[in-house]
Amino acid sequence: MNSLMKLMTTAAILVATSALTPAFAANTAITVGMVLEPPNLDPTSGAAAAIREVTYANIFQGLTRFDANGAIVPDLAKSWDISADGLTYTFHLASGVKFHDGTPFSADDVKFSLDRARAPDSTNAQKGLFADIASVDVVDAATVKVTLKKPNGNFLFNMAWGDAVILSPKSIVTEATNPVGTGPFKFVNWVKGDRVELAKFDGYWGTPVKLDKVTFKFISDPSAAFAAVMAGDVDAFPLFPAVETLEQFKADPRFAVIAGNTEGETLLAMNNGKKPFDNIKVREAVAHAVNRKEIIDGAMFGYGTPIGTHFAPHNPDYVDLTAQSNYDPEKSKALLKEAGYPDGFTVSLKLPPPPYARRGGEIIAAQLAKVGIKAEITNVEWAQWLEQVFKGKEYDLTIVSHTEPMDIDIYGRDNYYFNYKSDAFKKIMTDLSGTTDPAKRSELLKAAQKQIADDYVNAFLFELPKLGVANAKIVGLWKNQPTPSNDMSEVYWKD
Amino acid sequence: MSFGILPEAKRGLLGAAFQSKSFALGFAVTAVFILAAFLSFGWTPYDATALAVAEKLKAPSSLHWFGTDHFGRDIFSMIMVGARTSIAVAFVSVGIGIAAGVPLGLWAAAKRGSLVDEVIMRANDLVFAFPALLIAILITAVFGPSAINAIIAIGIFNIPVFARLARGAALTLWTREYILAARVAGKGAIRISAEHILPNIMNLLIVQGTIQFSLGILADAALSYVGLGAQPPTPSWGRMLADAQTMISLAPHMALFPGAAIVLTVLGLNLMGDGLRDIFDPKLRRSRS
Amino acid sequence: MVPYLLKRLISLVLSLLAASVVIFLVLQIVPGDPASYMLGMNAQPETVEALRQQMGLNEPLAWRYLTWVAGLTHGDFGVSYTYKVPIGELIAQRLWVSLPLALYALLLSTLIALPIGIISAAKRNSAADYGIMGVTQLGIAVPNFWFAMLLVLLFSITLRWFSAGGFPGWNAGFFVALKALTLPAVALALPQASILARVMRSSLLDTLSEDYIRTARAKGLTQGQTLVRHAVRNAMIPVLTIIGLQFSFLLAGAIIIENVFYLPGLGRLVFQGITQRDLIVVQSVVMLLVFAVIVITFLVDMAYALVDPRLRSRG
Repeated sequence: MNSLMKLMTTAAILVATSALTPAFAANTAITVGMVLEPPNLDPTSGAAAAIREVTYANIFQGLTRFDANGAIVPDLAKSWDISADGLTYTFHLASGVKFHDGTPFSADDVKFSLDRARAPDSTNAQKGLFADIASVDVVDAATVKVTLKKPNGNFLFNMAWGDAVILSPKSIVTEATNPVGTGPFKFVNWVKGDRVELAKFDGYWGTPVKLDKVTFKFISDPSAAFAAVMAGDVDAFPLFPAVETLEQFKADPRFAVIAGNTEGETLLAMNNGKKPFDNIKVREAVAHAVNRKEIIDGAMFGYGTPIGTHFAPHNPDYVDLTAQSNYDPEKSKALLKEAGYPDGFTVSLKLPPPPYARRGGEIIAAQLAKVGIKAEITNVEWAQWLEQVFKGKEYDLTIVSHTEPMDIDIYGRDNYYFNYKSDAFKKIMTDLSGTTDPAKRSELLKAAQKQIADDYVNAFLFELPKLGVANAKIVGLWKNQPTPSNDMSEVYWKD
Repeated sequence: MSFGILPEAKRGLLGAAFQSKSFALGFAVTAVFILAAFLSFGWTPYDATALAVAEKLKAPSSLHWFGTDHFGRDIFSMIMVGARTSIAVAFVSVGIGIAAGVPLGLWAAAKRGSLVDEVIMRANDLVFAFPALLIAILITAVFGPSAINAIIAIGIFNIPVFARLARGAALTLWTREYILAARVAGKGAIRISAEHILPNIMNLLIVQGTIQFSLGILADAALSYVGLGAQPPTPSWGRMLADAQTMISLAPHMALFPGAAIVLTVLGLNLMGDGLRDIFDPKLRRSRS
Repeated sequence: MVPYLLKRLISLVLSLLAASVVIFLVLQIVPGDPASYMLGMNAQPETVEALRQQMGLNEPLAWRYLTWVAGLTHGDFGVSYTYKVPIGELIAQRLWVSLPLALYALLLSTLIALPIGIISAAKRNSAADYGIMGVTQLGIAVPNFWFAMLLVLLFSITLRWFSAGGFPGWNAGFFVALKALTLPAVALALPQASILARVMRSSLLDTLSEDYIRTARAKGLTQGQTLVRHAVRNAMIPVLTIIGLQFSFLLAGAIIIENVFYLPGLGRLVFQGITQRDLIVVQSVVMLLVFAVIVITFLVDMAYALVDPRLRSRG
């Protein structure tokens, strides 16, 4: 009996100490779940968001960067001077910066990276960001002068994109599979189809990071993602694919649900250049036939802010125009009658793969049917969507989220897939690019939002939320998504 | 003995058919689904495509016998309408296999040993060598996802099945005396194939057709599961399972019922096929009874 | 034998050529451009053009076909558009998942199927026989991806014994990796085992009705002895043929299961290749799979022809 008691006490102590051990040794490793695996790890020649979600601010850095709230802050350029005419930017580079392979970082690398991105044979997916650059000149090892062709109020914003990061000419050929940057984490290993591993870079020039090891694990299946988080195989899943299970995580104190914003305006896009949507009355009818609340409830399980124009609601310049295209099926029917379609019509609705489009599409098709518009659904893959809808403009309706930040200018582009042609809108855009006064700019942005809402270019649905789930003890994850990124530089475990 | 099924034997066969327990059971199960598919044209408990977001993910109850899905649609109604799609896809793709495969097989058998025979058989081998599902996915990637393209994709792989079967069976028949007699009487290869060979391999084709039918249901389920079959809002069993997968922890009923529908239909058809084989094959029938 | 062999060899080469032409042409008409896919919505037309140039997509059709086939003949599959690594490397990595998975599933299915097939045949028309045959009928009718979902629901979500997907790699330890392959292997093995058990049973029944078995019984051997000494061994030939067929099916046919469990195998590689329009990967992997099947069929035919000269006259 006595020996048994002894044994049990020992066992109890053992259990207690082993349970306590993790609390003493701070956890410095994190496993982050991602839905899609990046095709490669070179953000300068591919548009896949997954590349940035692994590399941005972790492996690669640019002259400037987005912070967690979307503000533009210094990165490799610790400061800059802008000439009075707005044409010359002189960047003063941070000192003591080294690439992960030991090569020192200098102004030559900046010139190399920017020139490469804007070269005629460049394969940069956002080459437009560099279009206004006239020349890049090295002043000295720590200073770079960039001259623009015309003033561009967005230049510092452009340089913060994941596509504008600074690479070393030495490692450029192998960047896709073995990225070498200046960031706080260095690339360690990529088990294709499963995970990418990063480790703390000891030679990092900036504020030391708290994590030693970051693992990005790729789980595309929503139920597998759910199980992985529940089981603790994954510590954080910033863009969680199983929205429908978030309620379960909310109820569980071990987890924190992180709901924030992305820059994704989700639209029911209409082909303005094609019958029947070349008629503004028809477009207005569609706008009134769409019930945003039902779409957000049904497709997004209640997450998502309704929008009435192509602008992010969390932007200070946003105008709430949702009332202008409120849900009103009777008005919709009347408008269709006025437009000469008393019995409605049949159109195609092409849906790309994300759940917001596939699920939203089924709901919208049912809503349109109520006013007499028969929308025939075709599910397409991204490659087909890009070819047929985006490039070929062979579509009537489609649902897509435009995730680039501040992209209202797409409505002024010639040949864009909306087929929207408005001189009034183009004029606003021209005025905007020539204006630096913040109050004036704000006014013009508001006018632009009103213009496209008045023209009912598209049915504006909702701002795509950033819905994530993480272990409740993790601090420092981004709530919002100003740009695709899983910035781990300020993340740590609290005890 | 120039006809496979002698008239006087027919009644006996039908009787035998329903004496075979597996045929009777398989027939009953299959009939239920075919009836449900036909009934769905006129009546379903709810509109299978009507959304009611407020009613979403309801567990089975007296209101919704099989529960509702993530849009609040009635799963029982969706399964009824989905039966239509599955059965139609599988049936037509078997039709394609028979219509193209049997003539090819008969032709090869008539010209046995010739270049035609060689080319047909090698082409068959070639189709068999392709990973079927991957090719089906490719076909739908080229032509876009739809029930029609699912039919074509499945149908193509049915062609060599029937071509081989027809050729093999016809080859042995060509050595029979009554075929020799027909040839001596001056009948051409096409007439002999149509009048003497085809009727004699009918039994085999029916049995194989039943098996391919059940495989077609499974293939259609797999294709629509990966999103390549009939497009929404037309319900299809495979897509219902795909939708259910992400909700499996929340609403397992969404996965259970469509899956069970697939299993039962395929099981029914397989049992029917087995029963038919026993009935048609006297040797087996003797050894079984 | 030599003319026959020669004839079959020529037809083998012709088949392979035909297959390569078919695969190549089908992939040319797939809508969607790999370069536009990679560069996304904001890309400028000249950027897409530059990337197409870099990928070699602007070369003439016939030239691209010939370079591809020429590369294949010495084992060079080309470089993936999206992953930007040699395709041979990708295939080798994926084979390390697909091959063990196929073997694992085959092993499971054989270990289950052979004993129950033998029992079923030995106790023919008994309750056990009917039970086993009923269960195998069910096993054939179950779509493997649905079975996989049920396994996940039970073992991953409810019991949490297995993870719901993913593959940690063989570096994570043999048993860790094997555990990750267990649910997928079970899902794949069920229908295969059902088929195999039925084949085993009927093949054994055929053998048992042969004269020499009756002779053996007449010599006074017990039923068990007859089964083990003569019947099972002779019944194995069709069973082995089926096992061979199932193996090549499992290698390529696991695509849906690989998707359900998110395993980085060959099937998934092709599936991703199709969605990302990494067509050079798709054509090379499909060609490899077709090549494997055609060559295996050829070798089996040769083996049969060696054993049984009568077969040589058959097509």
